[in-house]
Amino acid sequence: MQLYGALLLLPAAVLLTTFAYLPTVTTVINSLFLPGFRGAPTEFVGLENYQVLFDDPTFWKVARNNLIYAVGTIPTSIALALGMALFVNGKLRGRGFVRMAYFTPTILPMIAAANIWMFFYAPQIGLFNKLLGMLGFSGVNWLGDPNLALSSVIVMSVWKEAGFFMIFYLAALQSMPPELKEAADLEGTSRWSFFWRVTFPLLMPTTLFVLINALINSVRVVDHLFILTKGGPNNATNLLLYYVYENAFSFFDRTTAATITVVILLVLAVVATLKFTILDRRTHYQ
Amino acid sequence: MNTTTAYAHRSRFFSIPTLETVAAWLLAIIWIFPLLYAFWAAFHPSEFMVNFALFAPLTLENFTNAWSQAPFARYYLNTFALVTGVVIGQFVVCTLAAFAFARFPIPGKNVLFMLVLIQLFVFPEVLIVENYRIASELGLINTITGIGLPYVASALGIFLLRQTFKTIPRELEDAARIEGCNWLEILWKVYVPLAKPTYLAYGLVSISHHWNNFIWPLVVTNSVESRPLTVGLGVFSAPETGVNWATVSAATLLSIAPLLIAFLLFQRQFVQSFLRAGIR
Repeated sequence: MQLYGALLLLPAAVLLTTFAYLPTVTTVINSLFLPGFRGAPTEFVGLENYQVLFDDPTFWKVARNNLIYAVGTIPTSIALALGMALFVNGKLRGRGFVRMAYFTPTILPMIAAANIWMFFYAPQIGLFNKLLGMLGFSGVNWLGDPNLALSSVIVMSVWKEAGFFMIFYLAALQSMPPELKEAADLEGTSRWSFFWRVTFPLLMPTTLFVLINALINSVRVVDHLFILTKGGPNNATNLLLYYVYENAFSFFDRTTAATITVVILLVLAVVATLKFTILDRRTHYQ
Repeated sequence: MNTTTAYAHRSRFFSIPTLETVAAWLLAIIWIFPLLYAFWAAFHPSEFMVNFALFAPLTLENFTNAWSQAPFARYYLNTFALVTGVVIGQFVVCTLAAFAFARFPIPGKNVLFMLVLIQLFVFPEVLIVENYRIASELGLINTITGIGLPYVASALGIFLLRQTFKTIPRELEDAARIEGCNWLEILWKVYVPLAKPTYLAYGLVSISHHWNNFIWPLVVTNSVESRPLTVGLGVFSAPETGVNWATVSAATLLSIAPLLIAFLLFQRQFVQSFLRAGIR
């Protein structure tokens, strides 16, 4: 029995070791070494690579961008998702269409979404600037202005993400016992206080679940940057994973790439701990 | 038609929509607008990109341009091969592992399962540098196998199938054993058929994910022979290539069309699948 069990696990174990555990370990090791020149052996430098990374203002700028990106996308998309779910859960004419409209961006690849938003943001021929022009305003460089570019990227991400989170809220709303609403109606509770006193607290597990997902996405998804900004102007929209990509495949600096990857892994470890401690204790789905 | 229904009918059309309805519709229109705009741009000559003339001439020229300027047929083929291969691989590998976790006595099973769950957080694309090195040592650079293989042992798949297998009553298994079925036959004849809804849900989520995946395929491929649609589209529409915008939007629609059509036809299944795979 044990042997059979082990054999059944073997393919998954081999693949996970090759593409998850081993690379994680070697990434950490690489972040502690400096590569030797021209075939010379690598040199153990301890935490020196981290020292160098933390002295690098670009790294801090990118880390800060990622934080702003997370703070900019997550609460907005969660609030919108909740609003959408409440809209679609109620009596609404054309509910099917409205729900489809909210959810459709989820199905598109990030690259396609970025292409479409490029039509809006482009400086001369972009739709936004044409509309501003018609209203008599001068155009704005949505993706080229360092003060504005990150916000433009955030808006696109919110559009892409909110509908996905909506379906989880919608499922949670639909599983709520209708007696709650009936009791509240008997007591004459206003819709506003019913939402804040009953609905919102009951949706807390869903909110936490969505929050975890949103946190992961905010460090994991950088596809749109390849089309919209390439991390520019002057790193104004660069995010951690894109910075890893740049270091590894544009600057050919694997050591820095490994060091930043460890930072990302630490962030993900915090998120994972959050999930396994808080979320799994407070949700009772099954 | 009697009077009451006629009245109800009329009030449906003449009632003033509530503020909430207006807000919901406004948001829906804003949300669908980018996609509608992509359709507008793709089906009209490029001079109508920002000129919404109601009777602007329709054209398919942008699509023929896109199709002739980049090997989209090849990209389609690559994406189909990738998605099919990944899903089949995932079904096989995850079924075996999930079965082991659900029904076999393995020392340290819980620790092993926690180790598997780590992959819910540490995705192949986060470890892009080392995975690239490993893929090149295995000779997988620029192959469709190279794009798909890191995703085959999927923690999500193992998790979902294990949950499902655990709910299947042991009695069914015992009955099959009395009839002389061995382990693999029990898996194939009892567990797999009963887990069909899970396979459907996980399959749809996996198809959408791999149809849309970008950064790892971008890194691991470097030629037309292996690029999937997303990477092909990314290369084609990079702003510096100076491709005409109407053509870019036609290309964008070409790349998303199969998944979008599938979604519009099977909305309920898609949404249910995302829910099933999400709530865990």
